[in-house]
Amino acid sequence: MTQVSMTVNGQSVSGEIEGRTLLVEFLREGLGLTGTHVGCDTSQCGACVVHIDGAPVKACSIFAAEADGAEVTTIEGMAAPDGTLSPVQQGFRDHHGLQCGFCTPGMVMTATALLKENPKPTVTEVREYLEGNICRCTGYHNIVKAVLAASGQEMPAVAAE
Amino acid sequence: MYDFEFERPATIADAVAALGDEDAQALGGGQTLIPTLKQRLAMPGKLVSLTAIREIRGVCEDDEGHLCIGGGTTHAVVAREAADRFPGLASLAARIGDPAVRNRGTIGGSLANNDPSACYPAAALAANATVVTDRRTIVADDYFQGMFTTALDDGEIIAEVRFPVPEASNYQKFIQPASRFALVGVFVAKFADGVRVAVTGASESGVFRWSKAEAALSRNFTPDALSGLTVPADGMIGDLHGSPEYRAHLIGVLTKRAVSAAT
Ligand SMILES: Cc1cc2nc3c(=O)[nH]c(=O)nc-3n(C[C@H](O)[C@H](O)[C@H](O)COP(=O)(O)OP(=O)(O)OC[C@H]3O[C@@H](n4cnc5c(N)ncnc54)[C@H](O)[C@@H]3O)c2cc1C
Ligand code: FES
Ligand code: FES
Repeated sequence: MTQVSMTVNGQSVSGEIEGRTLLVEFLREGLGLTGTHVGCDTSQCGACVVHIDGAPVKACSIFAAEADGAEVTTIEGMAAPDGTLSPVQQGFRDHHGLQCGFCTPGMVMTATALLKENPKPTVTEVREYLEGNICRCTGYHNIVKAVLAASGQEMPAVAAE
Repeated sequence: MYDFEFERPATIADAVAALGDEDAQALGGGQTLIPTLKQRLAMPGKLVSLTAIREIRGVCEDDEGHLCIGGGTTHAVVAREAADRFPGLASLAARIGDPAVRNRGTIGGSLANNDPSACYPAAALAANATVVTDRRTIVADDYFQGMFTTALDDGEIIAEVRFPVPEASNYQKFIQPASRFALVGVFVAKFADGVRVAVTGASESGVFRWSKAEAALSRNFTPDALSGLTVPADGMIGDLHGSPEYRAHLIGVLTKRAVSAAT
């Protein structure tokens, strides 16, 4: 067992981990932050995406020890402390960007990273950036709409193909 | 996951020492190795993470004008920082996997793994890059030795990859939509003294140079120079995604596209 310390959603945290402890296990089991989901567990589906020092990363495919000293943001850190949703979360809510919701934490984290890099993405850019986030329910259309809405843009009428 | 020892040294020297144990293995970005450990296809007793070693991260230029990329540099950083100097390479890095994979996966991990469908091996072979390890330098023509096989010894670390910068280059990746790896990928690099063409995803012996195309393109760097040239289907990979004949055909198509995009 070793000690690991990091900042999670703005709070300093530390805990005992093993070398094999994945970051997602530390977040979910160590800190009780169960918003970060595990879908595939093999870095394919994106349900587990969190931000490490601002960049999206799959928390199922990084050991907790690798995040020692890092700033980690999870879905629990997206809304304001008073509960006001982030623009991306609000977009998902307004545009029915989820059905079962399993993929949603990862979608929101990835989309938030996209808008930070590229505040006015095109439909194609949104779809490309979300390539590593798989949704079994929505068919993606409303997810793209939600992300565009969060960027202050409307969905072009022809984008439904 | 099974239990193992975990070390995270801060220097190459300490990492090499830690990797001296018979049962130790390097961990780069983990995007290939961690899923492999979960499946127990690899079961090292000790993992030596390279992610705390600053000296193997970053992109710079040496006195001879080579683009030098630290072995621990992520695909995302190469996509950003090589864009001005070597756009063909930056664009390849920008198309590996997805954004989250690119924020962890490293050039050293990709070249050490030498997956037969990986992208970087095509760039390294086409540009005749030199792999600089903790103990020696290896030119690309000697480095790749077949699927998942390289000239690296056990415990040897890729510290840097040194790329001669071509006058023009382009990478064409025909995506295998489930894995997002290359079903076939072709990297074309034009230098003052000739053209090199490297093909990934296609051959059962891993990445290879298409020498007939290189000779034709060195005389005349246009897509037309490739007319009539074909690759035999013999020795190409056949699986549910494509037959050997299909892959052989794609090599010709993608090489033409790469040349027209590079000119
Ligand atoms: C969803 C997904 C999509 C992907 N798509 C693509 C794609 O389109 N194209 C593509 O090319 N790749 C793709 N990859 C693979 C990705 O690029 C990996 O990052 C890469 O193959 C391995 O790099 P790594 O740094 O993650 O290495 P790791 O997984 O940590 O290690 C891989 C191997 O390399 C060794 N190693 C790591 N670093 C070094 C080093 N510096 N020196 C010596 N040995 C080292 C390890 O011991 C291990 O054997 C994809 C991966 C995923 C998960
Ligand atoms: S659970 Fe991490 S990518 Fe699927
Ligand atoms: S809403 Fe169900 S997986 Fe995306």
